[in-house]
Amino acid sequence: MMSTATSARPPLKPGLSTARKAQNMVMGGLILLATLLVVAPLILIFVYLIREGIGAINLDFFTKVPAPEGETGGGLLNAITGSLIMLAMASVFGVLIGLAGGIFLAEYPRHPLMPSIRLVSDVLAGIPAIVMGLVAYGLIVLTFGFSGFAGALALGFLMIPIVVRTTEEVLKLVPQTVREAGLSLGLPQWLVTLKIVLPAAAGGIITGIMLALARVAGEAAPLIFTAFGNPNVNFDPSKPMSALPLEIYRGATSAYDENQRMAKAGALLLIVLIFVTSLLARRFSRKV
Amino acid sequence: MTPILSAKNVNIFYGDKQAVQNVNLDVQPGTVNALIGPSGCGKTTFLRAINRMHDLTPGARVSGQILLDGENIYAPGVDPVAMRRRVGMVFQKPNPFPTMSVFDNVVAGLKLAGMRNKDQLMAVAERSLKGAALWEEVRERLNTPATGLSGGQQQRLCIARALAVDPEILLMDEPTSALDPSSTAKIEELMTDLKKVTTIIIVTHNMHQAARVSDTTSFFLVGDLVEHGPTDQLFQSPRDERTEAYVTGRFG
Amino acid sequence: MSDPARRLPTRASMSSGSDRAFQYLILALASVIVLVFVVSLYLLGKDSWPALQRFGVEFFTQRTWNPVNGTFGAAAMITGTLVTSFAALIISVPLAIASALFVAEYAPKWLANPVGYLIELLAAIPSVVYGLWALFVIAPVLARWQITFFSPEYPERLALYTKCAGIWANDQTTLQCFFVPSSGAGRGLALAIIILTVMILPYTASVARDVIRLVPADQREAMYALGATKWEVISRAILPYARAGIMGGVILALGRALGETLAVAMVIGDSQDILKSLWGNASTMASVIANQFGDAQELLHRSSVVTLGFILFFVSVAVNLLARVLIGRLTPKGVK
Repeated sequence: MMSTATSARPPLKPGLSTARKAQNMVMGGLILLATLLVVAPLILIFVYLIREGIGAINLDFFTKVPAPEGETGGGLLNAITGSLIMLAMASVFGVLIGLAGGIFLAEYPRHPLMPSIRLVSDVLAGIPAIVMGLVAYGLIVLTFGFSGFAGALALGFLMIPIVVRTTEEVLKLVPQTVREAGLSLGLPQWLVTLKIVLPAAAGGIITGIMLALARVAGEAAPLIFTAFGNPNVNFDPSKPMSALPLEIYRGATSAYDENQRMAKAGALLLIVLIFVTSLLARRFSRKV
Repeated sequence: MTPILSAKNVNIFYGDKQAVQNVNLDVQPGTVNALIGPSGCGKTTFLRAINRMHDLTPGARVSGQILLDGENIYAPGVDPVAMRRRVGMVFQKPNPFPTMSVFDNVVAGLKLAGMRNKDQLMAVAERSLKGAALWEEVRERLNTPATGLSGGQQQRLCIARALAVDPEILLMDEPTSALDPSSTAKIEELMTDLKKVTTIIIVTHNMHQAARVSDTTSFFLVGDLVEHGPTDQLFQSPRDERTEAYVTGRFG
Repeated sequence: MSDPARRLPTRASMSSGSDRAFQYLILALASVIVLVFVVSLYLLGKDSWPALQRFGVEFFTQRTWNPVNGTFGAAAMITGTLVTSFAALIISVPLAIASALFVAEYAPKWLANPVGYLIELLAAIPSVVYGLWALFVIAPVLARWQITFFSPEYPERLALYTKCAGIWANDQTTLQCFFVPSSGAGRGLALAIIILTVMILPYTASVARDVIRLVPADQREAMYALGATKWEVISRAILPYARAGIMGGVILALGRALGETLAVAMVIGDSQDILKSLWGNASTMASVIANQFGDAQELLHRSSVVTLGFILFFVSVAVNLLARVLIGRLTPKGVK
C-alpha cells in the first residue's frame, strides 16, 4: 500500500487544462474591464464639468445673482448663501438628534426602547429624500409657505440616520475599559459619557457629520417644494431660499445657454466641495 | 528509499525580513513528520512553502528547491495550481465550505478537476470519508450542510476533502489546536491509518502530540532547522542543546 | 458611630439623579427619530386619503393619469419605477461585483485603495449632477443613433420605424418594436435606466467589497489547496461565502433605485403613456412627484402625488426589512 498512486499523478508541467487556464484569464480580464467601466463615469463627469464649467467660475459667479432669463452674466451668490444657511440650520437639528440617537444606541444598549429606535433609524435612512421633502411640505409649507426653514428641516431629516449610524459605530469602538476607568474615579455615568467617551470618539463623530453634510448638500429633490428657490440673495429663513443643487436643476432643465452654463459651473463647484469634504473627513478619521 | 519530498537550501522572506533560513530536509513516503518549535519559529512558514501558498501573499518570496517526487515545484514553468492538487492541506481551524453540503465539500477538489460522473464522485466520497473515519457518522446526511457537523467532525471532513484528490503529501497546520481532547484523540489515531495512503507533514505546538504521532521530527528555532531525526531519538537524546532545552520544557 | 460624610452614597444621591436626568434627556432627543417616522406616516397618510378614498385599489391598477379630468391611476409610474429599477439592478450588479472583486482580490494595494476611493466618490455625486451629465452628454449620443431611424439614408431602419409607428398608434407593441426608437430626443426610459445603473453601482460595489474582504483567509486557502485557479477560488469559495452580504448590497441598491428622483425626473421624459418602446418617454413614482407636485393645484391631483410618496415610503421600509430577513437567511452559520 506504499504507493497508492492508482490514478495517474497530474503532471506539474504544463499543468492545468487549457480550458481552465483560459477561463481564469478571461474572467480576470472581464473583471478588469468591468472595473474600468465602473470608474469611467466619475472621470468623464469630472472632466466634462471642468471643461464646461470652469469658464463661468469667476468673481461674478461668487458675487452676483443669476441674470434674468435670456441675458448673459450673473452668478450664483443666491444659491451659495442659501445652501450655506440651510445646511447650517439642518446641522443644528440633524446633529443634535443624530448625536443623541447614536449615544443612546451605543451607551444604553440594554434599554428596552433601544431596538425600536435602531430599527426606525435604519428604516429612515432608506426613505427617498423626495418623500422627506413631502413631509417637510406638510409640516411647514402648508401653514407658513415656502421657506428656508422647510428646506433645512427636510435636509435635517436626511442627516439624522447618517449621524446616528456613524456616532453609534465610533462610540462602540471606544474600549469599555475607558468607561470603567472613568466610572472607577467616581464620576457619574453621564459625565463619563460627555467628558471621556465623546471626546475619545470626537474624530469619528466629526467625520460622520461631515459625510452627512456632503451627502445632503447635493440634494435638490426635497428642496423643490420646500425651499422652492429664490433669484435673489435672501438671509431670512422664513422666506423662500435658493440652493446650489436647486439652481443646477433649474439651469440644466432650462432652454437658455446661459442658465445651462451656470448649472455646469454650479455642478463643478458642488462636486468639488463634496469631494473635498469627503476627502477631509477621511483624513480626519485616519488621524484620530 | 528515495524521499517523496526534499527541501534544499530553502529560504523564505517576507519583504526584507527572512523568516526561514537555509532549510534542508528529506521526507520519506508513508511517514508522519512533525515540525515543532516555539511560535514564530518558521515551522508554519516552511509548511506553507510546500504547496506554494506563499505565492498568494504579496511580498513573500521563496528561494531554494523543494523536490516533490524528484521534481522541483519552484522550477520555472511549474503551474502552482496543478502542483497543489498533489499536496493536500488541513488548516488550524476546521474550514468546510459553509454553503456546501457534506458531500459537495468532499468532492470539491474532484469537481475542480472536471469529474462529473455522479457514481464516480460518490465512490471517491465514500472512500475519502472512510479514510477520514467519518463515513459512519455522516452517511445518512451527506446532503445536509457541512456546518451542521460538530467541530471535530468538520475537521475530519476537511481531511476527507483533502484526501479525495489523492494527494502524495498531506500538510497539517496544527489541525487539532481548535478541537476538544476527544476530537483530538480521534484525529491523532487517524494519522496512523493515513500513513498507508499518503505522507503527512504536521505542524504542532504540542510536543506530546509530536511524540505520539510522528515518525520523524524537525525542530525549528527562529527560522533555522536546528535538528531533524527520528522522533524517539530527538525527544530522548537530542544532539543539540537547544533542542534538549525545548523538549524538556525549559523554554517555549 | 461612623462619620456621616463617609457613608456610602445612597441611591438617591446626586450622581444617580443626574444620571437619570441625562438618560431621559438623551432618550427624549433620540425619540425624535421615532417621532419623525410617525409624523411622516401620519402626514403622508392624511394627505393621501382623498385619493385613496376616491380611487381605492384602482389607484394601483388604473393606467390613466389625467389631471384635466381628475382621473388618477398610478399603474404607469409603478411600472416605470419597477422597470427602471430592476433593469438598472440587472445591469449594475455584475459590474459592481466585478469591481469589488478587482479591488479586494486582484489589484495590488497601491491600486486597490485609490480605485476603491473613486468608487465611493461615485456615490457622493449628487443626483442632480448625474441628471445634468445624462442630459448634456449621454442624451446627444443616444439621439445621434436614434435619428438614423428617421433618415432616408438608412432605408431599412426607416422602414422598421414606419412599421412600428403603425403598431404603436394602436397602443400596442411587439418585442422587436420595443427596441426601436420612438423619438430622436435621446431622453426617455433607456436613458433613465443607463443613469440609474451608474448611480446605484457604488452601493453594491462598496458593500460587496467590504464583505469579500471579510471572507476568512482559510476559506480561500482551502480552495487553493485543492488545486483551484484564482477564478475557481472566487466563484466557488469567496462568492458563496459572501453571498449574504452581497445580497444586502444589492437590496440597498434596489432601495436607492426605487426612490431615486431627480436624475430620473430630468431624463425620463415625464409621460404616463403606456410603454411602447424602450426609448420612449415614461415616468416613475419619484419623477412624477418631482415634476408635478409643485404644479398640482387640485386637491385630488395633489393627493394622488402624495400617495405616490406614501407608496415609496412603504416600499422603502419593506425593502429594508426584506434585506434584514435575506441577510439572516443567507449568512453562513456554524463554521466551528
